[in-house]
Amino acid sequence: MTEKTDVVIIGAGPVGLFAVFELGLLNIKCHLVDNLDKVGGQCAELYPEKPIYDIPSRPVVTGQELTDELIKQINPFKPKFHLNQQVEKIAKTEYGWIVETNIGTKVEAKCIVVAAGAGSFVPRKPPIEHIENFENKNVFYAIRDKSIFKNKKILIAGGGDSALDWTNELSKDSNVTLIHRRKEFRAAPDSVSKMQELETKEKIKFLKGQIKKISKIQDSRIMLEYENDDEKSNIEVDYLLPFFGLKMELGPIAEWGLNLHENLIKVDTEKFETSTPSIFAIGDINWYPGKLKLILSGFHESALMAQEVFKYCFPDKKNIFRYTTSSKELQKKLGV
Amino acid sequence: MPKVIITDRSGKKSEIEYDSNFTLMETLRDNGYDIEASCGGCCACATCHVYIDEKWTNKLKNMDDDEESMLDQAFDVKNNSRLSCQIDLSEELDGLEIEIAPE
Repeated sequence: MTEKTDVVIIGAGPVGLFAVFELGLLNIKCHLVDNLDKVGGQCAELYPEKPIYDIPSRPVVTGQELTDELIKQINPFKPKFHLNQQVEKIAKTEYGWIVETNIGTKVEAKCIVVAAGAGSFVPRKPPIEHIENFENKNVFYAIRDKSIFKNKKILIAGGGDSALDWTNELSKDSNVTLIHRRKEFRAAPDSVSKMQELETKEKIKFLKGQIKKISKIQDSRIMLEYENDDEKSNIEVDYLLPFFGLKMELGPIAEWGLNLHENLIKVDTEKFETSTPSIFAIGDINWYPGKLKLILSGFHESALMAQEVFKYCFPDKKNIFRYTTSSKELQKKLGV
Repeated sequence: MPKVIITDRSGKKSEIEYDSNFTLMETLRDNGYDIEASCGGCCACATCHVYIDEKWTNKLKNMDDDEESMLDQAFDVKNNSRLSCQIDLSEELDGLEIEIAPE
């Protein structure tokens, strides 16, 4: 089934969220797509607890607080979120564009607004030679179906929440070894103590080191060579699950034929439109002379972009500029 | 002006002058070195990973827990690994030698 709306915003970070507000004031409805399982983009994923000091009128605000307040601010416009998915394809239609995600969600819209920051978050892959040959066979960066690990020998690599949570979870039905470069972990204290308890009870094993090589052995098993203080050892397992956090990459956006400037999308500074009419780019993903990658700049870009998107959505209507402080109609939309 | 000596990923050595108001990451980035620094320098990613020449490791301020934790997301971590966004280039570090870690 294809849903229909006015605008699809790619990326639900602070700038994508604020775009919902600026578009909403002009009666433009939005859907947002984000690869993460939550809204807020980098603010929520990379630095939820870190303070930001350069948001006007907020002497200090954390990434998570900023996200929460933006959600509250755009709530009257009832945006629809499609999380945990990445826009893979876009195609021109008579109506505007049809946007399709990697899990098959299809949304048709008049305009596309790319607010994808530094790109989508994807698992950080360890730089082990030939590891790509083992991916989705012996090596998994995310777990969709844990039943395949039952009664198997598994090596989990990493020291954060994902590594520890899966070590604890999979230890119930599998032979789990956790490998990390040091004995300290940055995961939630609860998961760390649980893991240590399992180690004491010999339900799991812990190895100190970093994986350097991967090779195939008989019976579809793999051999991993790891190093700890220049000392090399080997371990044979069925599966390797590396959890080294996420990194950002431009992804499918690079294939849409938009003019780029060093992996950023070129836009004009009046409408923030890309080289393809009715596709816009705002926030850290865009480039123009003098561009500064600030949340503040993205907010400004949202407001100007909305003015132009209005013309695509309502070609016969006149857009009258109004203030939320004085316009009864805008206040009604905001429910205040 | 004080200088820092950099070995890039291809093994090429070069020398750049630095302004002591900036971090090592900012200095590398502004001089066109290939360093991602995706979080912008708030110690929330591990994409500005460098190795510090052994002669200099003791002259730097010690790593805090935040930096040590973030290094868990880096690869090929060694005893002389640091995140360059956490290194303030003071005047005393004139002559510092570093190597940019693999991606």
